[in-house]
Amino acid sequence: MTKENLIKQGAIWAFIAVELIFFTVMGDILSVTSKSFMDFENMLLLLKQSAPIGIIALGMTIIMVNGNIDLSVGATFALSAVVLLDSFSWPFMAAIGDWAIPLAWFFALATGLILGAINGLIVWKTGVDAFIVTLGSMLGYRGLVFMYNGEQPTSHLNWTLVDFAELQFLGLHTATWFLLLTALGLWLLMTRTVHGRNAYAIGNNREAAVNAGIRVGPHFLINFMLIGFLAALSAVVFYSESGSVNPNDGTLYELWAITAVVLGGTKLTGGYGSIVSTLGGVIAIQLLRKGLGHIGADTETVNLVIGLILITVLFLDRQLNRQGKEELKT
Amino acid sequence: MSAMTRQGVAKLLARQGILVAFVLFMVVFAIANQRFLAIDNISGVIRSSAILGVMALGVTFVVIGGNLDLSVGSMMSFSTIVVLDLHDKLGPTLAIPAMFGLTLLLGAFIGVLVGYLKLNSLIVTLGMLSAIHGLTLTWSGGKNMDIADKEATWFSVFGQGDIVGIPVPILIFALLAGALSLVLGRTPFGRKVYAVGGNGVAATFSGVPRARVVFFTYLISAFCVATAGLIQASRSLGSQNTVGQGMELEVLAAVILGGASLLGGSGTVFKTVIGVLILGFIQNGLLLVGLEFYAQYIVTWIIIILAVWLDIAAKRGRLWSSIA
Amino acid sequence: MNNDIPILRLEGIVKTFPGVRALDGVSFNVLPGEVHALMGENGAGKSTLMKVLGGIHQPDEGRILIAEEPVVMTSPIQAKAKGVVFIHQELSLADELSVAENIFLGELPRKTFGRVDWTRLYAETDAILKTLNVGFNARTRVGDLSIANQQMVEIARALTVDPRAVIFDEPTASLTDAEKVVLFDVIADLKTRGVGIIYISHRMEEIFKITDRISVLRDGEYRGTLVTAETDEDKVTQAMIGRSLDLTRSPLQHEMGDIALEVRGLECGALYQDVSFSVRKGEVVGFYGLVGAGRTEIAETIFGLRAPSAGKILINGQEVRIGSPIEAIRLGISLVPEDRKGQGLVLGMNCRDNMTLPQVDDMTAGPFLANGAEVAIFDQYRDKLDIRTPGWRQQVGNLSGGNQQKIVIGKWLSMHPEVLIVDEPTRGIDVGSKSEIHNLIRELAAQGYAVIVISSEMPEVLHVSDRIVAMHNGRITREFTSDEVTEDSLIQAISGIASDKVA
Repeated sequence: MTKENLIKQGAIWAFIAVELIFFTVMGDILSVTSKSFMDFENMLLLLKQSAPIGIIALGMTIIMVNGNIDLSVGATFALSAVVLLDSFSWPFMAAIGDWAIPLAWFFALATGLILGAINGLIVWKTGVDAFIVTLGSMLGYRGLVFMYNGEQPTSHLNWTLVDFAELQFLGLHTATWFLLLTALGLWLLMTRTVHGRNAYAIGNNREAAVNAGIRVGPHFLINFMLIGFLAALSAVVFYSESGSVNPNDGTLYELWAITAVVLGGTKLTGGYGSIVSTLGGVIAIQLLRKGLGHIGADTETVNLVIGLILITVLFLDRQLNRQGKEELKT
Repeated sequence: MSAMTRQGVAKLLARQGILVAFVLFMVVFAIANQRFLAIDNISGVIRSSAILGVMALGVTFVVIGGNLDLSVGSMMSFSTIVVLDLHDKLGPTLAIPAMFGLTLLLGAFIGVLVGYLKLNSLIVTLGMLSAIHGLTLTWSGGKNMDIADKEATWFSVFGQGDIVGIPVPILIFALLAGALSLVLGRTPFGRKVYAVGGNGVAATFSGVPRARVVFFTYLISAFCVATAGLIQASRSLGSQNTVGQGMELEVLAAVILGGASLLGGSGTVFKTVIGVLILGFIQNGLLLVGLEFYAQYIVTWIIIILAVWLDIAAKRGRLWSSIA
Repeated sequence: MNNDIPILRLEGIVKTFPGVRALDGVSFNVLPGEVHALMGENGAGKSTLMKVLGGIHQPDEGRILIAEEPVVMTSPIQAKAKGVVFIHQELSLADELSVAENIFLGELPRKTFGRVDWTRLYAETDAILKTLNVGFNARTRVGDLSIANQQMVEIARALTVDPRAVIFDEPTASLTDAEKVVLFDVIADLKTRGVGIIYISHRMEEIFKITDRISVLRDGEYRGTLVTAETDEDKVTQAMIGRSLDLTRSPLQHEMGDIALEVRGLECGALYQDVSFSVRKGEVVGFYGLVGAGRTEIAETIFGLRAPSAGKILINGQEVRIGSPIEAIRLGISLVPEDRKGQGLVLGMNCRDNMTLPQVDDMTAGPFLANGAEVAIFDQYRDKLDIRTPGWRQQVGNLSGGNQQKIVIGKWLSMHPEVLIVDEPTRGIDVGSKSEIHNLIRELAAQGYAVIVISSEMPEVLHVSDRIVAMHNGRITREFTSDEVTEDSLIQAISGIASDKVA
């Protein structure tokens, strides 16, 4: 691995380390709470809280490596959640007791897959840019959410499900396990499989990939189905515990997910990015939220800080990639 | 002969497809519901579209210049909150210019980042969406902002007033659209916006100051946002911090619906106005025929994709993409 | 070898694009174990022909036969499967991926569950790389390689199948001499294996060194095949351009004025160093050199697009600082850039708007654009340059290359510059428009413009220039007057051989 790559991939973890030190030290100096920031329980909770956005962000990495973008993940998340919770009240579901749980999960995940497939098929068959396609379906899918239950929240609390969601296996929460397993699975997919490598090739140099006989369309479709599935998985993880979904839930999730992916260093134009770094990006954002709370900053400032950090990262990245004074000034 | 006609129709659809769709749409709804074409209904639709419309005018400049602006929604919240807060502290006469000044400052900041520092506009404005939202919450302390004495102020004229029977928001929208249409279509600056968005490198090679042109597109966008914020604040005289949330994408939808390409270099103010009106009339028409408000989301989705699809299909001469 | 059946045979290939007959009845054959050169000027149809062979374009008429079997190839992957491999001139690599992944792009070896068989991939790649004798391995990231090594990766791609015919398109354009030796070894090796090789190059010395036969294209037409051992450069040139190389300068002679532009010791980092020259009013100075010699970069510096790290630029004897194209234009400098579509024109805008773009600020009546003044300028230069377009509303993207170039030239002439720099003025332009543009350049000089012509085509620089500056590797190696220049000395100067003889 070259030095340059080391800097690129290490940057997000260095940033996390800086955050940890900063918030620990500032916390001590300001002594807002008596609790230590680096508290183990606190860190476990942090991982759990980063799961919903994190799972989506991991999927977004693949979409962006492939050279696309998905703005509809928030709406897919909400619709899958509605299907998940509503399905418990379907007559035949009530009859089968706890067997309803895996079935409800299946319905939710299938919803995500289908919504993703719709996006993927449209991008493939019409050739309309993914940004526009998913901008449209972001509205459309949200419309479906409202169609389901109007402006009313959809609720169903299944205690078996709540118990499962609150389970801690080897100290980690269920949600954390889902996050980590998703990361592992996607990492394997992106680094070990032909599909993953082709996705990189397409994002990197689409014409070369096409000339080499790689079929771009099916790869797009699979990746959109994958992110739809992951948005639904994220909903399954989150709503199994909370048990109630508002029709506006998941709004702006696409933006948070993209922020995490970009912080992790994935190229906007595609072809470069890593699952592990996105995981770092997700953790960095959550750390920032918690850390600012820890040192007593208003929750409002979190948005401000994250926005400015995103722009700073972009600026630094550009400075690093400059060719110096010889560069053509266009 | 029939092939000729078909070609003619295809050409017309390709060039003016969105206008044709708009007319068809109006006819269908006019038949479905008598009230649809009533003057007060039309005026109501335009009035409620005015805020979105004013913002879309500015974003049109940014998009034609080859960039995106995802920060307009959160910037509009900022303008609204700031002008409401300053209204009671400084009085409306000072509050309005102060709010415009602050909003333009934000626009200038984005303009420097995207224009002069050449940072990717999608990420910059995504970051600014978040940052400005934080700024707004910090300004308001997270609370709703209300004008103390809602009866006594002339400030409400921008959102609620009439001049010779025309609602002021419509007047502002129309005047701004007319003025900006002239700027974009008839001035050297407008020409440069098209050149920069069409091919930024070639524009630079032709002596067009690309950075400055991009900078000004964001300034224009911020000015429009401030105007929208003024109408919003004046209409409600009180506001939540999230009043503009999500509007960035609706605005973009209107601009795209009008036929501007996200790659830059194409689109007009007039087409954007059509895009805005289509969104407004869809919403209104669907409600009039008895559908719920969310039906507009689904219809908008379908229309956006169809509009862009047909546009590129006409350009490539085939309906389906060549992606293998 | 002569008795073998051709491994590849083309019969009457015709390919038309809207408005252009790019290939018009091309027929020739390649024998096994033969290196067959394909020559022709830029725009003669070589690239199109190779794209037809590589499965990227389909011919409108004619047949392709592999070992006397007619074949239809609809994609590069199909062509490759049939044993026809195309090594691109423009690199088509995914630079974030490894060498091995690029070589086996689209055909990665698989294990169960769609997993990549890395062991096999790396083993096979390393085996191929070994035959190429390169200094990198299968795991290297392509983006970390030099251009020459990336070219080697392209070549390695051809070796993943048992190729029957390999097409090399200008493979040595970016290679050093040492790397060329390796490439020629590879070609010799393929030859002994009975592979037919089509070799496209402009470089005569290479053609005569490694090829067996030479087929020539001119304006999309097949002009015959010559046996390399029985011909010479002059005959090939004659076939290519339809006449002997015209070393005489255009007869148009005129008075020259004072020095308009002078450059002293100009340097821009590693791009070029110690560049000094001057151009008089009424003079055409040609810049000749290989791609990457630094010619374009000098032009860009004079036009304010690059910041020089040392040296001076003088306009009419006055030292000037040029920080941007706007300042350059104000000083009367114009640049017709190398990449017409990328840098010269906004393809989506109409003819008139493109032409008036640099002076759009002055084309106003009150705050608004003056339509009449703009159209007047367009009409004036359309007539002057004989631009063929249905009207000013036409998008420039729809015009032919020659007319597009005239729009760019018209754009700058209408600014009445003092110094006009034209970079590769006739690249990708048909022969007819070419001589029109050459005549135009001479005429402009006669009218008192100081003109710099940058070109990679020797006939062009010889034809239009009063003086020729030869460059090699970022430095000026020699300056010639039109009387003293010979083809040989020019070639030596741009290869760096003559650098010790510089006056």
